[in-house]
Amino acid sequence: MDLRDSPEEAEFRAEVQAWLEANLTDELRGGRYGERRFEEASRAWSRKLFDAGYAGLTWPEEYGGAGAPYSYQAIFLEESARAEAPQHIGVIGLGMAGPTIIAFGTEEQKARYLPKILSAEEIWCQGFSEPGAGSDLASVRTTAVQNDGGFLVNGQKVWSSFAHLADWCILVTRSDPESQRHAGLTYLLVDMHAPGVEVRPLRQITGESEFNEIFFSDVQVPAENVLGEVGEGWAVAMTTLLHERGTLGFALTGILDVSVRKLLALTRERGVDDPLLLDRVAQEWIELQALKLTNYRALTALMKTGIPGPEGSVSKLHWSESNQRLTKLALEILGEESQVAADGEGDWRYQQLRSRGNTIEAGTSEILRNIVAERVLGLPRSR
Amino acid sequence: MEFSFTEEQQELKSQARSYLAERFPAERVAELADSEAGWDPSSWAELVELGWLGVSVPEEQGGAGLGFVEEALLLEELGRALYPGPYFSTVALALPLLGDEDVADVVAGKTRWSASLDGSLVPDLALVDRVAVVEEGDARAVDARGEALETTDRTRRLGRLEAQDGTPLPGDVSKLRARALAAVAVEAVGIGERVLEYGVEYASTREQFGRPIGVYQAVSHKLADSYVGMQLSRSLAYWAAWCVSVDDAEAPVAAAAAKSFAADAAVAACERSIQVLGGIGFTWEHALHRYYKRALQLQAFAGYGAAHRATVARHLLGAPAAV
Repeated sequence: MDLRDSPEEAEFRAEVQAWLEANLTDELRGGRYGERRFEEASRAWSRKLFDAGYAGLTWPEEYGGAGAPYSYQAIFLEESARAEAPQHIGVIGLGMAGPTIIAFGTEEQKARYLPKILSAEEIWCQGFSEPGAGSDLASVRTTAVQNDGGFLVNGQKVWSSFAHLADWCILVTRSDPESQRHAGLTYLLVDMHAPGVEVRPLRQITGESEFNEIFFSDVQVPAENVLGEVGEGWAVAMTTLLHERGTLGFALTGILDVSVRKLLALTRERGVDDPLLLDRVAQEWIELQALKLTNYRALTALMKTGIPGPEGSVSKLHWSESNQRLTKLALEILGEESQVAADGEGDWRYQQLRSRGNTIEAGTSEILRNIVAERVLGLPRSR
Repeated sequence: MEFSFTEEQQELKSQARSYLAERFPAERVAELADSEAGWDPSSWAELVELGWLGVSVPEEQGGAGLGFVEEALLLEELGRALYPGPYFSTVALALPLLGDEDVADVVAGKTRWSASLDGSLVPDLALVDRVAVVEEGDARAVDARGEALETTDRTRRLGRLEAQDGTPLPGDVSKLRARALAAVAVEAVGIGERVLEYGVEYASTREQFGRPIGVYQAVSHKLADSYVGMQLSRSLAYWAAWCVSVDDAEAPVAAAAAKSFAADAAVAACERSIQVLGGIGFTWEHALHRYYKRALQLQAFAGYGAAHRATVARHLLGAPAAV
């Protein structure tokens, strides 16, 4: 056990810090993830990341990645979050579509899609949730009817980040109309510029529009755009979700790290001396350390065994609740002013409202508790 | 960055688990807890034989020359088994304060120790020979004379030390607190893990309304929360133990953070399991109440969580704005 960076890791961390220092302008710092006014800057930033070799750090070299160990990805995410750098605009491609294509794609598919994910030339979005299929993903109703050209797709998806920018969509469809639940699903790679695809922004609790609805009306998808086998889409989708939750931990904790630092700064500036508030500030810092360290344990297990350990399953669940508590604590420290915009402090209002989505997106807390109860603790299934 | 144990460390932990499962199964611990003596003195020679008293003592002094991480793994297992005996008191509290001769006596099983930290009650007072009294940055050794108190946790009874003069002890008092708090944190991990297992076993087999109660999310989500709490506690406790073992500058704050979080999480895990077991969880017959009582004592030891969070806040924010 050694919780310090190895000499190689320390060197890589210093390199990333120096690169961020040299390349990250003040205008780029502190952008809210997913906010539309940062899109152009974020595109340019993503291109820079690619040129510097930081896109797809852990991807195999044969697909254009750096083939680096997971610890390098963790270091990169930590340092980027600390510097408040924008995220790569292709997060869905890099973190979800890409790894799933690597796992299930044909050589042609890998050659066609992977390089442009890395270079941020093509942006991806995710078409999983539907109005009637949220936590219960197996009840998707978007149909893919086989025809001469491949599949004719009809249906509606919802809560899709980046869909308004996306060139491609990873889409879970029901290809066998007679099928139920997990069988008869097909995973398609759909061109978002194809005729019949319509994207409408969803306005959320903060007033902004990070997410979209996507409508598919007689969209023709070629047969070569099936990922994995026809009818076997459930297994492919689960791989995507494993990657979504697996690589998320470090990015989320990095964001929380910045929030805790801002909370400490706010506590200092306001001269908070109420022991009840100080107690809660300390608790937030402690829980951040616990999350970070739990990510490290999960990472070590992953690097040793190649299989994500049970440690990782707690990360997103606990992070979301920490973030909700922390942002509300900041409002309390601000007092009544928390309800109105104020220079430099208005962001807590946004962050607190945004945090309500944290226990819903990427697996609700209820679904994650089911996963812990059933898959980790081995309790009988609830349904 | 490497956050896992070596094969040797894992081997030590699993040996400890087997030994304790054989010698101190729940029924035996129950018997000892309800006995007047409160422990099995013959077990001490066995711990000496296993080398557990000299884990962190240099080889030239008869020890194994390992470190606090290894001791922490043993403390976790001893907590998990609810071992009634003064291992925690001797090794986690007193050992680092002792001079060479006293250390040799501990390793050989001749003397057992405990400690009083800044006026605190003394764990296992009736089971030890000597007590290290730590006050105002100094440590002195006194005889274990005083009043044995009726204690909630009958597997670790507290005593009130009689005031007496002592002889100075040479160890570094400044590092004692972090070590003691880290030890409490790992013990809490052992406790929490065991009570979670009791909860899961029961929820998987107990049937009501024709189904095992674990299918009900009101039950299973409680246990999932205990699991989350214990995973986070484990991370903090091992971090604190590692900081202590390498004498990292963060050791005091890591130990304060780990102790406050892990003891609270262990208490919460006990309370959830008691609820999940229903009436059975509330009986004297089931082992849960003994774990709960130990967890409550760990929570109270050297200050409840709020005191340690105040330490953390001072560390983060500098001098307090108000005291």
